Amino acid sequence: MSTSYGRIVKDGLWDNNGVLCMLLGMCPTMAMTGTATNGFGMGIATAVVMAASNMMVAMFRNYVTHEVRIPVYILIVAANVTFVDLGMNAWMHELYKVLGLFIPLIVSNCLPLARLEAFAAKEPVLPSLVDGTFMGLGFTLALTAIGAVRELIGQGTLFADASLLLGPAFKFLEMRVMPEDMGILVLILPPGGFLVAGLMVVAKRMVDLAMGKEIKMAGAHSV
Amino acid sequence: MSAAAIKPTWVHAFILGAFCTGFGVLLAATDIVTQEPIKERALEDKMNSLGLVIPKSIHDNNPVTDAVTFTGTDGKAQTVYRAMMAGKVTGVAYEVIAHGGYAGPIRLMLGVDPDGKILGVRVIAHKETPGLGDKIDAAKNEWITRFTGLFLGNPPAEKWKVKKDGGQFDQFSGATITPRAVVGGIRHGLEYFAANKASMMEGR
Repeated sequence: MSTSYGRIVKDGLWDNNGVLCMLLGMCPTMAMTGTATNGFGMGIATAVVMAASNMMVAMFRNYVTHEVRIPVYILIVAANVTFVDLGMNAWMHELYKVLGLFIPLIVSNCLPLARLEAFAAKEPVLPSLVDGTFMGLGFTLALTAIGAVRELIGQGTLFADASLLLGPAFKFLEMRVMPEDMGILVLILPPGGFLVAGLMVVAKRMVDLAMGKEIKMAGAHSV
Repeated sequence: MSAAAIKPTWVHAFILGAFCTGFGVLLAATDIVTQEPIKERALEDKMNSLGLVIPKSIHDNNPVTDAVTFTGTDGKAQTVYRAMMAGKVTGVAYEVIAHGGYAGPIRLMLGVDPDGKILGVRVIAHKETPGLGDKIDAAKNEWITRFTGLFLGNPPAEKWKVKKDGGQFDQFSGATITPRAVVGGIRHGLEYFAANKASMMEGR
């Protein structure tokens, strides 16, 4: 296991991407990718929680015995989610009104838990922080991409409501590519999530193949 | 893992207990620290949504402080925010809970003039699906503003439904349950006003 930061960053964003390679965190992936904006919001919230949880687990890794590690990890993730939820509600209320829907869902995401077990439990604090951050950003990337495809084909827009999430300055991101009622509704409904996520996994592998890379099988990638 | 020797059970129990206690204390502290700001934000939200359902031009008082609580015909306590001009009630606003949404109750703030006509209505809190049901939010879609000016009788009672159910209100593509719940909630709120008009309108 190398702790080279370049490797960690590359793993998180592409090579070992949480959604497109490990197929983890499918619950929020399906539920939150109706639009690119929602996918992005969910991804960023998850990245914050993952970075914090990874760091905490790495800090405590020498004190937690093997037998009770899973409950402790779940406790840490759940506590971090609650901190973010309460803190945002109190001090970043405008953002909370938009992102508030997403935050509790992070608990049902097994990607943070997987990174705690596979990485943070064995590595020092700083690499763990980097791993959590970039795994989270890779998650954001995948969710935004899936959201963009579903939104584009499903309702003909791109980054709808981005200004509500990111502030008025990002109004320019909101685009209507196709006229209303032209969209294929199934794509913004739950089955569309599965379809697009599946096609994205295929697309990623085709890119990897074209670049002459070895294909890593989901789950077979040992850490 | 490098667990050298098998540790007695109490060690694991102690570690887990310690973590639970530690994070429990942290969570309690966070709750204490954030309780006040969250309450303030909720009050601000309430004042903002009141401003949207009661036009500024019809009152010279502060409806949040001129609120009364009474027991309605359904036996539940209801807080009514009253807009007054020169001591005369020109409109009331109250919270209505719409049931039957996709994900739990939807809270609405409904403003009504003394004749029972809607001054404005807004969604205050909901957990509907982002991208589908959340178009009931005025920030995302103007749908909710179409209720302004309507009353029971316009449209007639049997038309207070979404189009899919034979009524006159649009549903959203991909989401019928949410608008159905909201339309039902607003109608219920207007019926509530009709039934409790006397206690809602009487002066202080």
